Amino acid sequence: MEKVFERTKGLTDTEFGYCPGCHHSVLHRMVAETLEELDILDKTVGVCPVGCAVFMYEYMSCDIIEAAHGRAPAVATGVKRVIPDRIVFSYQGDGDLASIGTAEIVHAAARGENISVIFINNTTYGMTGGQMAPTTLINQKTTTCPTGRNPAVNGYPIRVCEMLATLDGPSYIERVCPTSPAGFAKTKKAIRHAFENQIAGKGFSLVEVLSNCPTHLRMTPIETYRRIDEEMTKVFPPGVFLDR
Amino acid sequence: MAKRKLLKGNVGLCYGAIAARCNAFFGYPITPQNEVPEYMSELMPANGGVFIQAESELAAINMVYGAAAAGKRAMTSSSSPGISLKQEGISYIAASELPCVIVNVQRGGPGLGNTLPGQADYFQAVKGGGHGDYRLLTLAPWSVQDCYDFMPMAFDLADKYRNPVMILMDAIIGQMLEQVDLHNDFPVTDFPKPWATNGAKSRTHNIVNSLWIDPDVMEELNNRLKAKYEMAQREETRFQEFYTKDAELVLVAYGCPARICRTVVDLAREEGMRVGLLRPITLYPFPSQQIAALAQNGKRFMVVEMSQGQMVEDVRLAVNGMADVAFYGRTGGIVPNPTEILNEVRASFGKPPVVSYYQNTAPCKEATN
Ligand SMILES: Cc1ncc(C[n+]2csc(CCOP(=O)(O)OP(=O)(O)O)c2C)c(N)n1
Ligand code: SF4
Repeated sequence: MEKVFERTKGLTDTEFGYCPGCHHSVLHRMVAETLEELDILDKTVGVCPVGCAVFMYEYMSCDIIEAAHGRAPAVATGVKRVIPDRIVFSYQGDGDLASIGTAEIVHAAARGENISVIFINNTTYGMTGGQMAPTTLINQKTTTCPTGRNPAVNGYPIRVCEMLATLDGPSYIERVCPTSPAGFAKTKKAIRHAFENQIAGKGFSLVEVLSNCPTHLRMTPIETYRRIDEEMTKVFPPGVFLDR
Repeated sequence: MAKRKLLKGNVGLCYGAIAARCNAFFGYPITPQNEVPEYMSELMPANGGVFIQAESELAAINMVYGAAAAGKRAMTSSSSPGISLKQEGISYIAASELPCVIVNVQRGGPGLGNTLPGQADYFQAVKGGGHGDYRLLTLAPWSVQDCYDFMPMAFDLADKYRNPVMILMDAIIGQMLEQVDLHNDFPVTDFPKPWATNGAKSRTHNIVNSLWIDPDVMEELNNRLKAKYEMAQREETRFQEFYTKDAELVLVAYGCPARICRTVVDLAREEGMRVGLLRPITLYPFPSQQIAALAQNGKRFMVVEMSQGQMVEDVRLAVNGMADVAFYGRTGGIVPNPTEILNEVRASFGKPPVVSYYQNTAPCKEATN
């Protein structure tokens, strides 16, 4: 029989510990597959965040550094600058990248660091129990805004792609929406493009992935996909913001 | 032939870093250490290295973390408020057992403080500083020559122990000009780094991490760190003594106050008071054994610091009640002059004070009253 699907060499044998239906698992696989397809597994250094994906070092078969909360772009900068012929990426949640780590991501982008950033926007703090994130939608209930995000108290969600696209530094910025077969294919393509850009020496690339957290949204995975399509894309429209 | 140059302490550090084959410098401007990033911005690229002015001290120390994880010699430099910001990163670096060098040109504090010399970051430097059970090997230069010489030593210690090393100095040591012998006779040791995350070519993948969910594994790390620090205590404790053998009173000071105390020792001896000086070169590991030995021999101590009394606690721990430990400190950026220290010494010998001209070099006169 013909083999049509196989576990990528980019992943270790460790079983994912993520909740069922969580986007982290499939996004890890896409990054791992990309590294294998581009034949860069043995020259890639990944930087994992503080957040649910902190355990990325158990799942990816490339070298991994675990960074402090929000500091992954600075750590990636340190690696890339001293070994520029290696491929360096960070993988960060919205609390990590858009709250505690805003300075690091903005300045890595402004410097045009030749790294690839995979940004998982699930509108909540998964690991710590579903608190409000900088990307939490207006009226979305979380454990620290139990009556819903109120702009008068909590301000407004941050649009990372739009913000970074105002800079001259970045080369490629895209927001993707993996909620359908086409959406998954597009997400994979975007991730691949972010790595190809780095290989070509084009500079900073960021892919924002509209994601879910079934556990803390208290939804089934299917319901979270519907929420992404119907609510999240209104605030965070998918698209290519920069590609140069 | 070795080159001699007139340099500031801060600049001496930079030449020392080049002699140490430092690969990368990441920093953020703050007085009184600005010469360091300024000179490094030229020296690093000129010597095939990397220089980045980071967006903050947080970013700078995390760039150091990344470069060190990649197996390169990396350093950062700052002054007190900036060093506070680096503490999270320093804790991660210590926990991940990575080598790096951190320079603190201390200023007056707490808070924003001022840009004048201080030594109030001693606790932060030698007790760990950030969260968790770790220590920084801490070196205290007292001359510009030391600033140059200590950099290769600091990088070697960092590599040997896979631990951050701090160079703890003050604005005077950083800003003063002295002649330096830019020799190159440093031992060149090769430190293999099979743990480096630089691409898993022909090996299984490496992980640089400080997350240990399993309490037994977490404790194992803490025990491993402790064993390293005990080894450092045995092998790396460095200090310098002046006239301690016959001394009745031993001054203990590091950095700039140690230089001043060296003058005080001469002044006191001219007046017949048997005074010596012990100058710790490594603040961690601390020369506790030598201090205890001196206490056992009946000496008493006076610790002089530009703080309200921090190192004095380590001296008291070492002395363990065997002898008197007095303290004299100035803060706020005020550097104690020899006369005022001499008066403290005189008082401890039951002698009246001399008039202070507030001129560090002025000859001392007996008070008329
Ligand atoms: C300095 C610091 N502050 C807070 C935390 C606690 N913490 C761990 S994960 C996390 C939030 C992560 O959320 P996000 O980045 O959105 O990732 P997710 O878990 O949703 O994937 C926080 C606040 C920490 N580890 N370190
Ligand atoms: S808590 Fe949320 S983000 Fe974390 S693994 Fe579970 S579903 Fe995914």
